[in-house]
Amino acid sequence: MTKLRNTQPALYWCGVALVAIALIALPLVLTLVGTAWVRITNLAILFTFLALGLNIVVGFAGLLDLGYIAFYAVGAYVYALLASPHFGLHLPFWIILPIGAFCACVAGALLGAPTLRLRGDYLAIVTLGFGEIVRILINNLSSPFNITNGPKGITRIDPLQIGSVEFYNSDTWLGILFTGPAKYYYILLLILMAVIVINLRLQQSRIGRAWVAIREDEVAAKSCGINTRNIKLLAFAMGASFGGIAGGMFSAIQGFVSPESFILQESIMVLSMVVLGGMGNVWGVIAGALLLSFVPELLRYTVQPAQQALFGRMLIDPEVLRMLIFGAALVLTMRFRPAGLWPESRHRQEFSGEHRT
Amino acid sequence: MDIFIQQIINGLTTGSVYALVALGYTMVYGIIQLINFAHGEVVMIGAMVAFSVITALAGTASPLPPAVILLAGVAAAIPACMAIGYLLERIAYRPLRHAPRLAPLITAIGMSIILQHLALLVWSRNPLAFPQIIDNPVFSIGGAAITGVQIAIILLSVALMAMLTWFVYRTRFGIAIRATAENVHVASLMGVDANRVIAATFIIAAALAAVAGVMVGTYYGITHYTMGFMLGLKAFSAAVLGGIGNLAGAMLGGILLGLVEALGAGYIGELTDMCKWPLMNQVFAERCAADGHLVLMGSNYQDVFAFLVLIAVLVFRPSGLLGERVAERA
Repeated sequence: MTKLRNTQPALYWCGVALVAIALIALPLVLTLVGTAWVRITNLAILFTFLALGLNIVVGFAGLLDLGYIAFYAVGAYVYALLASPHFGLHLPFWIILPIGAFCACVAGALLGAPTLRLRGDYLAIVTLGFGEIVRILINNLSSPFNITNGPKGITRIDPLQIGSVEFYNSDTWLGILFTGPAKYYYILLLILMAVIVINLRLQQSRIGRAWVAIREDEVAAKSCGINTRNIKLLAFAMGASFGGIAGGMFSAIQGFVSPESFILQESIMVLSMVVLGGMGNVWGVIAGALLLSFVPELLRYTVQPAQQALFGRMLIDPEVLRMLIFGAALVLTMRFRPAGLWPESRHRQEFSGEHRT
Repeated sequence: MDIFIQQIINGLTTGSVYALVALGYTMVYGIIQLINFAHGEVVMIGAMVAFSVITALAGTASPLPPAVILLAGVAAAIPACMAIGYLLERIAYRPLRHAPRLAPLITAIGMSIILQHLALLVWSRNPLAFPQIIDNPVFSIGGAAITGVQIAIILLSVALMAMLTWFVYRTRFGIAIRATAENVHVASLMGVDANRVIAATFIIAAALAAVAGVMVGTYYGITHYTMGFMLGLKAFSAAVLGGIGNLAGAMLGGILLGLVEALGAGYIGELTDMCKWPLMNQVFAERCAADGHLVLMGSNYQDVFAFLVLIAVLVFRPSGLLGERVAERA
């Protein structure tokens, strides 16, 4: 890409402009197909946030985190509590999102602190337990003081509002109809751009290189003067804050949160996206996230009619099929393309089996 | 006081189930230093297979005595789980034995999801009522009740653990297992077929898991395709508590975790009743006056204890109670 920019700048910028136009026109085209697809796209972008956040922890720093969805939950609930009739608070979103990111960040550091000494599989189990604790807390913090409203969840969360533009309803600008989801799409796209830029810059930065060093060999990294403790904590905290932001946006878009959205399956789904796309490679992870977000939806629309036609009834629920595909994706990726479909160049060397940690 | 004894009895029962499952984690970890993430699902499959067999045999008003039906369930569950344990090793672990540690862990998670959802397809997504076919006499000890099923679970677990210990420490194959756990390469040089030993370890672990699955089914009277997840996590916590890689440690850890959980669930409501504490009593005076209790945490927090124990052990004594080797053995 950089080569193209240097040798043929005109062609490069034409390409960029085409992609930009395609991204801007996408929701308008999708609206014609059905607003549901705009919603699906929005969720896919949210999962891309999550996958990019988890990529910092798993891909860059090599710390396997199986409770990542907990940070998403923290962000979502912070937003829900501060902008819903539940406590009667209605703060604007640009105050809540940073608060949510900060709370998730603190949760990430809380999880990171006791687990710094652990590696690999131990860490995976402890993070998994942490995710479960958060879910159990959300489920049960409804008595004696009603904080989270328990399994019923929190409803009627305020939608986003910037100036006089409400994101909830449809508007017609310049003769074009913009539905609610389409408007959310644009703001999500903006945040996604920012997140991608931050991730790419992080990867090249001193911190990013320190993460990779820790992933490759912690002892060597330490002896090179890297403060492994702080750098690992930073990985947890940064990854978590991305999850927090994604959670806040999720609350605003859905208008409803309940503990059911934050189960282990979701953590595993995000992990599958990172692993399938290619741990450590930002573009690979994005591709993995989009792939695993859209393929199940396509299946939902094709498998059901196909089964109806073939067998006259539903044999396999698309939801189950989705999880089976995730499981198989994890197993097959690790066996045949252990570095993912679009591997990071450095990871490619590591997983080629020439050295073992 | 009778609550105390009752919770001890309940804790011993669940604890012996945890111990059986924890043995599976610890044996596999001891031999290839990997956590068999899908072990909890093996327990679930054991319970499910036993459920099917028992339901089929009991439903037809058969002349078989209930105990025989139950044994038939166990007898069907064990080979089914052994096959799954073997498949797990072949598909998820053997091809990746020399890959970085993250890789087999991820395949194991994948296998665990696949097993769970296959079970969902076969046995439906609803909780299944485990048929209660044998009569369950209740005995009384010091004001607490102990059921026949509880006694059977505890005795059977002890017997199985004794058999396993004998097998590992007193037979030729046990020597091979211990040698492989010590050093795979040296053991291979001494004529031990490492692949066979590792596969056998998975199979033995799966057999124990099958029995544990049937125990859980009969004890709680219910099976569900997600039951393996929480059980597996708790058993893993038990294995870490005792010192992973250590057989006696897994047994001790399982029993201890069962006791902690039962006593925790029995007493947490009382301990977090704000009205019982002098200072807090003042703070919440109004609500205490209204109904006399202000319980912050009830027994619905039971599942949290295992994780708290796990995190505490990993922070303060990563080698566990009986383990000598530290977690960071690469």
